[in-house]
Amino acid sequence: MTEAHSQRPGVEIEFRSVTKTYPGQDTPAIDNLSLTVPAGDICCLVGPSGGGKTTAMKLVNRLIDFNEGEILIGGSGVRDVDITALRRDIGYVIQQVGLFPHMTIEANIGVVPRLLGWSADRIKARAVELLDLVRLDQNFAKRYPSQLSGGQQQRVGLARALAVDPPVMLMDEPFGALDPITRNEIQDEFLKLQNEIAKTVIFVTHDIDEAIKMGDRIAVLRQGGVLAQYGTADELLGSPADEYVADFVGADRGLKRLSLRLMRDLVKVSGENHAAPADAPTVKGSATLRTGLSVLFASGSRVLKVTHDDDSATVIGTVTLDQLQDAVYETAPKAPTDVVVAGEA
Amino acid sequence: MIQYLSDNFSRLLVLTLGHAVLSLVALLISVVVGVSIGAYVGHLRRYSFLAINLGNVLRALPTLALIAVMIALIGFGFVNITIALVVLALPLILTNAYTAVTGVDRGMVEAARGMGMKDLEILFQVELPNAIPLIMTGVRTAWVYTVATAYLAIFAGYATRPGQLGSLGDIIGNPSGEGTTGVLVAAAFAIVLAFLGAGLITLAERAMTPTGIKLSRSAAMAPA
Repeated sequence: MTEAHSQRPGVEIEFRSVTKTYPGQDTPAIDNLSLTVPAGDICCLVGPSGGGKTTAMKLVNRLIDFNEGEILIGGSGVRDVDITALRRDIGYVIQQVGLFPHMTIEANIGVVPRLLGWSADRIKARAVELLDLVRLDQNFAKRYPSQLSGGQQQRVGLARALAVDPPVMLMDEPFGALDPITRNEIQDEFLKLQNEIAKTVIFVTHDIDEAIKMGDRIAVLRQGGVLAQYGTADELLGSPADEYVADFVGADRGLKRLSLRLMRDLVKVSGENHAAPADAPTVKGSATLRTGLSVLFASGSRVLKVTHDDDSATVIGTVTLDQLQDAVYETAPKAPTDVVVAGEA
Repeated sequence: MIQYLSDNFSRLLVLTLGHAVLSLVALLISVVVGVSIGAYVGHLRRYSFLAINLGNVLRALPTLALIAVMIALIGFGFVNITIALVVLALPLILTNAYTAVTGVDRGMVEAARGMGMKDLEILFQVELPNAIPLIMTGVRTAWVYTVATAYLAIFAGYATRPGQLGSLGDIIGNPSGEGTTGVLVAAAFAIVLAFLGAGLITLAERAMTPTGIKLSRSAAMAPA
């Protein structure tokens, strides 16, 4: 399945001191932005409205042109290639009505292939393949957008963006209009998909929780398009650069950070297996620390038994309340030996 | 009235045909020019002030005065009345085409641009298909106005003559000769022509509107 769907994994995207000032405005919308999104990573742009996150994204496919600096995709500047060719080779997913209502689903998916002159047969085959990829039935091909639910439409939007297998994707609050359950579902599926296709994705969202979930890296922008911090979710939550970022990621960042790690990792860290009381609650190894903590609190116990994912009878170890607390308190949880206290804001 | 009708039936039919040809020629010219300019200005979302206001000025011109001025400039005949009718119909079609294209969802247009469509590709593949219903509304209105005004052909010196069909204006513009009855009957023919044409335009609109648009409109109108 993997090879058939994607032969072009992501390439690096680099912003080099990019500044954008709209005509007639004194302050820039994007101010000297420099960041590098490694190939195959999802970079979430978050920030307040007016923080320039959508602007920053649109600079990449030049829907908005920057004044200074340079943006490189796979090492070549976005201004060095033909603007039409550039855009056709970047997947673009937007919120709301990105689909063309007058075209069938198949025609929607086939927009860019048609612009590139693919044969009708090839487009048809690709549409079937992509519908399969985003888990929609093939008989959706001949339907129209208005006949689909919001979640289904957004899947088609995703399929359309992937039509020519572009190495880079821009996603502008793609799941923002969906209800929480559908959003969660489609987020999970996109992450699974991304594991296979490994595109480089710039993902705009105003929802920090979505950014934490989706982003390999998160860029927090502040008013005026200034980059406040750029790092992994864990870095942002563990050591926010300043009060603004701390505030933005939320006062509950300790808890959020628990969501980033799995119970099974902590069992490994703990090493020795303490004999847990027989009535200690159990939790799967694939559960997040947050879930573990919740189970622990709900049970009143101080120790958790962690079980094998597929076999809840096999206990792989235990995790204590203290361990959970230490896990949040560490600065560098990926290297647990290096114990440094998080810089409190 | 029945008497007048039976005495003049074949003549009425010929005049109605002439009336229809006159109106149709003016309408077609107006559609070609009006939709092109209106849609393109709508696509650019610039120069709208110029296009719309020019349209409104044209619309404010009294058709009869225009015909009189053009008699002095280009003389009598088919061209004269056709220009007068185009001046009447064009602004309607142009403003509707402009409004229709600017009304297409901006997010959708930006998605098209972001995916690498060029300007004309956006106009023809995204904006126009979505704008068809509203554009055709303008065409329909313009048709009714044109048919209702085409009788002025008689004042532009376009009347029945060998090799020339004339218009219902031959009767409507000659109450002293044809009598009130004649004027009323001819007017009724004009009204029927207007409705028939409007009906045909509606059918054309249905045929031209993409299925997806019809579905999304009926979905929007269905109770939630």
